[in-house]
Amino acid sequence: MNVSHDFGVWVSALLTLFVFSFLYRDNPLYKFAEHLFVGVSAGYYMVLNFWTVIVTNLWDPLVTMVTKHQAPFSASLGDYRIWLVVPGIFGIMMFARLLGRVGWLSRWPLAVIIGVYAGLKTTGFAQGDLVAQVQASLQPLLTGHWGSSINNILFMLGIISSLLFFFYSREHKGVLGVTSRLGVGFLMVSFGAGYGYTVMSRISLLIGRFQFLIHDWLGLR
Amino acid sequence: MGWLASLQKLDRRWIFALMGALVMIPLLFPIGLKLTVSRPVQMFVDAIDRIPDGSTVLMSCDYDPASRPELVPMTQTALRQLWDKGCKVVVTVLWPGGSGIVDQTLRGVAAEPPYRGKKYGSDWVNLGYKAGNESVMVLMGQGITGAFPADYTGHSTSDYQALPIMKNVRDYSSFPLLVNISAGYPGTKEWVQQVNSRFHLPMVSGCTAVSTPEYYPYLQSGQLRGLLGGMAGAAEYELARHEHRGPATRGMDAQSLAHVFVAFCIVLGNLAQRQRGGGGGA
Repeated sequence: MNVSHDFGVWVSALLTLFVFSFLYRDNPLYKFAEHLFVGVSAGYYMVLNFWTVIVTNLWDPLVTMVTKHQAPFSASLGDYRIWLVVPGIFGIMMFARLLGRVGWLSRWPLAVIIGVYAGLKTTGFAQGDLVAQVQASLQPLLTGHWGSSINNILFMLGIISSLLFFFYSREHKGVLGVTSRLGVGFLMVSFGAGYGYTVMSRISLLIGRFQFLIHDWLGLR
Repeated sequence: MGWLASLQKLDRRWIFALMGALVMIPLLFPIGLKLTVSRPVQMFVDAIDRIPDGSTVLMSCDYDPASRPELVPMTQTALRQLWDKGCKVVVTVLWPGGSGIVDQTLRGVAAEPPYRGKKYGSDWVNLGYKAGNESVMVLMGQGITGAFPADYTGHSTSDYQALPIMKNVRDYSSFPLLVNISAGYPGTKEWVQQVNSRFHLPMVSGCTAVSTPEYYPYLQSGQLRGLLGGMAGAAEYELARHEHRGPATRGMDAQSLAHVFVAFCIVLGNLAQRQRGGGGGA
């Protein structure tokens, strides 16, 4: 046993134990760790975004332009830094929400953000998910190899029956009823796989913390 | 079957204690349960093996410390595999909490004896965190230096003396492969939608177990060339790379026992519910 002499490791280990103490019952030590985490995270993200976004992308290029007397719009050099003023102003307008009467100004930058993201998401989904996935779903049922043929037939049955389960314009009776029940079976299998993977993820977190306590803190190998 | 009825009143803290013991004991006294390399993991290994030696590869590490046990082992093994091929690695981070842990992980591998000759700026560069999610991905398609004017240490990405690796990096066409290590949003799904589909950059993904089922369709469709799912994927990757007793492999005994325990609890809970007369319905 070779207990760590690192102050940071001790702080981390004690905070881990404080959080684990919630499993017994809610207590002040857990509350302390929780509040500390929220406060530190908020502060960290603010500082990180200030230095990696505002300073790097907005402040530095504009200051360089002014102090070094560089051209604000050198399209031939691929330099469009004067345009940075526009998102800069939009960023300031976001804070108009705090000013009551001119709060409506914050809707403009929000509209731009929503518009840009809607465009990116829609085209991304259409290209990456819709077209590519539909294309990949068109599998030959008979491949000449019994293993892959069974696999493809099951795959096709799964897709069709699962899709029909979500067809609500007719009562699920007769052929539609049987097919949709088959679809429920496929969906249950996928939920089961999802649950298994979720358990794995959560257990991994526990293992990670225990590995930290055993190896890094207590020095047990 | 009175004991089944008594389970209904069992204090849940006994379950927590048992789970804790089942995870702790194999970490202290490893059992060495057998692992095999699954097809998606082998595809991941093969995809990296197929790129030309000495290529410059883009690696996006989109996670934060919460996913450390699952994703850090993958990052380490992937970096080792790339460096073993003489590849240069350009690393980006799209999660605000990730830049520190990613830098620590990269420097940890660079400090290992076989890789001590790898020079920062020449063999690898950490471009750090950039806010913007999908918009950063699209912006990188127009130019990596435009999206990341400076690296994690503050060097300008246009300063080829400090960062010679950036001399040959323009946009996605500069890379033969994207290695994405992803904990969620933004991550693999967004890289597939915004980059793989638009810029046709081949990619492989290592992700948290919870997001693995969502990405399997991308593997089946060929949009992903390989997939590592959670700690099990990381452990199989270590096995495929002959990294015996790696951090993920060491956790797999505990992982397996915990899963058996969860399955056992589910069966027991259903039996107790049935005896009580409930059908398990709403």
